[in-house]
Amino acid sequence: MNLLFRRSFVPINKAFQLSYRSFAEAGIKEKIDSIVKNNKVVVFMKGVPDAPRCGFSNAVVQIMRMHAVPYDSHDVLADENLRQGIKDYSNWPTIPQVFINGEFVGGCDIMLQMHQSGELIEELKKVGIKSALLTAEEAKKEEQK
Amino acid sequence: MASAPGVIESIIRNKLQTGLEAKHLDVINESYMHNVPKGAETHFKVVVVSDKFDGLTLIKRHRLVNDILKEELKSGVHALSIEAKTPAQWEASDKVVESSPNCRGGFGK
Repeated sequence: MNLLFRRSFVPINKAFQLSYRSFAEAGIKEKIDSIVKNNKVVVFMKGVPDAPRCGFSNAVVQIMRMHAVPYDSHDVLADENLRQGIKDYSNWPTIPQVFINGEFVGGCDIMLQMHQSGELIEELKKVGIKSALLTAEEAKKEEQK
Repeated sequence: MASAPGVIESIIRNKLQTGLEAKHLDVINESYMHNVPKGAETHFKVVVVSDKFDGLTLIKRHRLVNDILKEELKSGVHALSIEAKTPAQWEASDKVVESSPNCRGGFGK
């Protein structure tokens, strides 16, 4: 009897979970949309800036720190929906992902190369963020005068 | 590191070679740097030099590579680090391939 009781209950429970899950998935695109459009710089990463849980995410955090960029970060390990949702949203298969002004900019490799080439300073300038590296460079020049 | 290349590694190599007519191609299995079983093929770094990257932005080059390896990225390849250069850029570079950042244990969690 007990077995019968359980059996009849499990599918209902599953059906509920399933519909709940698809409801959440339907909303994820809108959720990401509003996140990336309401913040100048957004990083989707594994872990949090103070404790990244992936070397690639950590590299992006370090780059942001060097430029002293204020950014909004989201831990995809804390939210499976977001982890898949962000990959679908940007059509990019890996984490971390960086957005500037609502536009997907790239992952760790691209951020690293943009940092090395100076392109990142320019991209930040476009959205009104002055890189700390630029400030430091200017201060140095001022001293030499 | 002297072991024979894995199945996935060979597939990645073949696909990139054919798809991009690569002038230079390195496929490096970096899985050993991560918290995965021995012999795993989950983390890769690829260095591709191809004329097809000419005139493309970095993000477009990366998308091209990601797209060629779409199936692999869906089925088990978990991290893919990409260096995509044109032959001219490759010649001008120091041709040294830096290894990826150290793992911080986030895998599979």
